[in-house]
Amino acid sequence: MTSDATPTSTSTVHVDSVERAAATPDREQPYAALGLTDGEYAEIRALLGRRPTSGELAMYSVMWSEHCSYKSSKKYLRRFGDKVTPKMREHLMVGMGQNAGVVDIGRGWAVTFKVESHNHPSYIEPFQGAATGVGGIVRDIIAMGARPVAVMDQLRFGDLADPDTLRVVHGVVAGIAHYGNCLGLPNIGGETVFDKVYQGNPLVNALAVGVLRHEDLRLANATGAGNKVVLFGARTGGDGIGGASILASDTFSAGGPTKRPAVQVGDPFAEKVLIECCLELFHGDLVEAIQDLGAAGISCATSELAANGDGGMRVDLDAVLLRDPTLTAEEILMSESQERMMAIVTPEQLEGFLAVTAKWDVETSVLGEVTGTGRLEITWHGETIVDVDPSTVAVDGPVYDRPVARPSWIDALQADSASALPRPTEGGELREALLALLASPSLASPAWITDQYDRYVLGNTALSFPDDGGMIRVDEESGLGVAIATDANGRYSLLDPRAGAQLALSEAYRNVAVTGASPLAVTDCLNFGAPTNPEVMWQFAEAVDGLADACLALEVPVTGGNVSLYNQTGSTAIHPTPVVGVLGTIDDVAKRIPSGWQDDGLNLYLLGTTALELDGSAWAGVVHDHLGGRPPAVRLEAERDLAGLLAAGNDEGLIAAAHDLGEGGLAQTLAEAVLRFGLGARVWLGDIEERDGVDTATALFSESTARVLVAVPREEDVKFVGLCAGRRVPALRIGVTDVESGTLEVQDRFEIPIEELRAAHEGTLPARLGARVGG
Amino acid sequence: MVLVEVMPKAELLDPQGKAVAGALHRLGSSAFDGVRVGKRFELHVVGPVTDAVLAEARQVAETLLANLVIEDVVSVREATDLEARA
Repeated sequence: MTSDATPTSTSTVHVDSVERAAATPDREQPYAALGLTDGEYAEIRALLGRRPTSGELAMYSVMWSEHCSYKSSKKYLRRFGDKVTPKMREHLMVGMGQNAGVVDIGRGWAVTFKVESHNHPSYIEPFQGAATGVGGIVRDIIAMGARPVAVMDQLRFGDLADPDTLRVVHGVVAGIAHYGNCLGLPNIGGETVFDKVYQGNPLVNALAVGVLRHEDLRLANATGAGNKVVLFGARTGGDGIGGASILASDTFSAGGPTKRPAVQVGDPFAEKVLIECCLELFHGDLVEAIQDLGAAGISCATSELAANGDGGMRVDLDAVLLRDPTLTAEEILMSESQERMMAIVTPEQLEGFLAVTAKWDVETSVLGEVTGTGRLEITWHGETIVDVDPSTVAVDGPVYDRPVARPSWIDALQADSASALPRPTEGGELREALLALLASPSLASPAWITDQYDRYVLGNTALSFPDDGGMIRVDEESGLGVAIATDANGRYSLLDPRAGAQLALSEAYRNVAVTGASPLAVTDCLNFGAPTNPEVMWQFAEAVDGLADACLALEVPVTGGNVSLYNQTGSTAIHPTPVVGVLGTIDDVAKRIPSGWQDDGLNLYLLGTTALELDGSAWAGVVHDHLGGRPPAVRLEAERDLAGLLAAGNDEGLIAAAHDLGEGGLAQTLAEAVLRFGLGARVWLGDIEERDGVDTATALFSESTARVLVAVPREEDVKFVGLCAGRRVPALRIGVTDVESGTLEVQDRFEIPIEELRAAHEGTLPARLGARVGG
Repeated sequence: MVLVEVMPKAELLDPQGKAVAGALHRLGSSAFDGVRVGKRFELHVVGPVTDAVLAEARQVAETLLANLVIEDVVSVREATDLEARA
């Protein structure tokens, strides 16, 4: 298996050439089995002026799929681009449309980051599905010219009590750990939620971050006629081409059940070599353009590179190095074999390029070259099997304006407010509710999961689980770094998808701010049900609109992301789950703010105000199994003020710890902040109740937004209070840290020893999933 | 004793086999141009190996021993005396 092995083919399948397609216009083609509609097939025929060859049909079918073409979502995604101010563009080096967005963070450094879904493969084969999800997003980062430096995950699983959830959780977590740990990338955070709506459709959204010098930036544009098209990395095999086998039979109508697996198997060690190889190629200035191979493999890479460029491309498929010589041309075009990249290289660079790939033992083959024809031409066994305008494949695919309908059930759902539920008043009940929330699967410690990931490899991790956001040092000299947080709340989004998306952004923005970083840019992964359902389309439209508006208000641009549709358990769609990742910068990671206190006698301040906002809350879900009403009010102005205050307070060294208030409200935040370093606190709620006109349960469990708990050293008290007043941020002193007590005490209500809190928080997942690793 | 052999599906990448093939080349062996690594299970049987036992072994192989999404059960058979003693 050396790089000079000649590709062979034992295939005796008759080649469906362009010539043959023109001569046999009436031949029946299995477009429906490949997921194309009658209308789409007719459009392909009209574009080509003849029937497509089976190779062209393969390309169009994968590239016009929902996953690759965004045909249902495109109309809405344009809104992200429309709602941008000059200030939002200021730091944006590359926006939506490339492999990943790139943001200037100063000192000549740039950061690229993106979140992408691998939901469906992770249900079929949890380990490999999740592992290749990590591998895929990391290749997107490499393709921008960056060195990957960290990963994160947003996970949604079914009911923790369901036996199938165990299969999925064990596989997904082990798969992420396997790929990320082998690559040597720290996993710096994320979020895990268990909810029965994800039972037959877990969500695995993987985020990766990369770092580059400005001059290393690379784009996926194939320009310059005569430049070489080079495929390098792993060999092409029969991975993930389940559907393509239909085309493998000579008579298309033969069809029959597929033998080819629909999943892919990844090799993180091959990817690690590919990372180092690519970086050396970039630093040697040996590539003009580069693109990773993910979904739709060579079909996608050739058509996107050619469409983004200024000319055409001619490629000979016989030059593709194969793992399995029996693959047909259609299968080679559609194969999703992992750990492959495609580069555009000038003839002068080629020798140097091949020397680098040979040094890293990365198999490389020159497939063809960039042309000036404006056509993408692919040959196989001496015959032209594809001759298309690449933009019709990659860019100008179908765009649907699908029917949208406000769900008939939503008024009744919104009318069913949690404020009507009985709220505990007595100390014992409040205590019990706090512990129940803390131990509930989605709020319990995810240490069982995160302990399987390496969080500190590479030596630049400043914050990771269990802090609110992850933080990585970028520049070892100055300490310049970035913080990233990802959030989503499917329950809020079901009640009101517009607000739900905005609340996900609010929380991720706040989670970045509490680390001491300043939010700068956004990536999103929009997980929804089937777009053919008008009610799902309404949810999607509302969420995108809401998110675009909120990004504008907070002046953080969406730099890229991913849409995942058709997420449903049986015929029931998942809760709309718009995952939002926010990236922020910090001058020096040494100035990061921890999420728990480490000293005695610090004053605890609650920033922001509390209202009766229990609809969609964790309290309503855990204690009453209730989901109804309207999610908490979105307060973007207040979020901005709060982030500004945290940055200013941190600059002056006034903040010893800060923890965001989110699901589970103040109760969950207090418990987590106490558990962070195992130091107790004494808290009183009377002032909140009086100022905001709420009862104790609301003070503890309401999920009002734009709130943060901060610990302030006594000697900085006056300055801090003054700063809050000057910046219009409501601040109320609600307690002090108390190292001696060993408890979380809510005065006149209840007291819980730290050990009891810890047992509740950390017991749930191991009790169901097995002992913690290395805990 | 019943022997069950499981192999990664032929179409899928076998990183372990690839690593072994790479090591063979580095060690100077040129007789082999590919390696695939699978696994063998030895099931110790209570009593004689009957058709019913073999059927149960196949059922166990397909539900527990192999992950049929990415692997195939390539053989379920009674061990020879020699194999059973090994």
